[in-house]
Amino acid sequence: MVLGLDLGPHAAFIESAYAIAVVILAALIIWVVADHRRQARRLADLEAYGKGRRAEPDTGFSGKVESG
Amino acid sequence: MPLIDLANPTRFRTLADRILPWLGAATILAFALGLQQAYFAPNDYQQGATVKIMFLHVPSAWLSTMAWGVMSVAALGTLVWRHPLADVAAKSAAPLGAAFTLLCLITGSLWGRPMWGTYWVWDARLTSELVLFLMYLGVIALWHTIDDPGRAARAVAVLTLVGALDLPIIKFSVDWWNTLHQPASVFRVGGSTIDRSMLIPLLIMAIAFTLLFFTLHLAAMRNEIMRRRVRTLLMLRADAAGGH
Repeated sequence: MVLGLDLGPHAAFIESAYAIAVVILAALIIWVVADHRRQARRLADLEAYGKGRRAEPDTGFSGKVESG
Repeated sequence: MPLIDLANPTRFRTLADRILPWLGAATILAFALGLQQAYFAPNDYQQGATVKIMFLHVPSAWLSTMAWGVMSVAALGTLVWRHPLADVAAKSAAPLGAAFTLLCLITGSLWGRPMWGTYWVWDARLTSELVLFLMYLGVIALWHTIDDPGRAARAVAVLTLVGALDLPIIKFSVDWWNTLHQPASVFRVGGSTIDRSMLIPLLIMAIAFTLLFFTLHLAAMRNEIMRRRVRTLLMLRADAAGGH
């Protein structure tokens, strides 16, 4: 019996499937959130470093620096 | 807002910051409803309670192919339209697609053992899904192999479009070959063969999985944009240090 539910003779397979789904989806969410915190911290550090030196161009996606 | 306006990273990040809480809340609500419906769904007359694995397996299978579809459209965006967001979208979708494909394979295996008597069989559906998983790993590896994001994007785009050939093979494998895997039972000519009492929870879970995918994809795209901004700033810093 799981949460008042009789899952029958194959309960272990059903429970394993749901447990693994929780683990995989939780890992995805944690990875995305942790990555966001890491990038935000690095960006804040770099922008703080650059402040006062000169205005940084907002170059964005490609990593190429557009001068001008 | 025209799509090209989103190429501005600040504007995209602002938009993502605004949308993500709503998408996240919708995802939680959809999962709460879907799991409640799955809990109360009746057992199948043949499969018993193992049919509850379907509520995980089928949505993750759909997402596994949808994520590659998103990457394929993004690949066209990279190669044809050269939209700067395209490769960001492709790179962010790959790990998500890999995770959903892995979940599909594991839950399918756990469903197969009690129903078929085996965890795995080399039939066309299972094998083509495994190939999809390996292609995801290949694409992720390629992104990490090439240092320059622009060059990596073009190489990955070509690989993605070639790999898209696997999508119709997955879809029609159960029609083209004799497979242990059952044929299509939801989206098919003549309507679904699944009873409404199980179909409704399945569709709600599919919506929940899809919302989760788009939430994580948007968040991962925002992260990737920030990562590229970090890379640019590091290069500027290195240039400045080299100039003195």
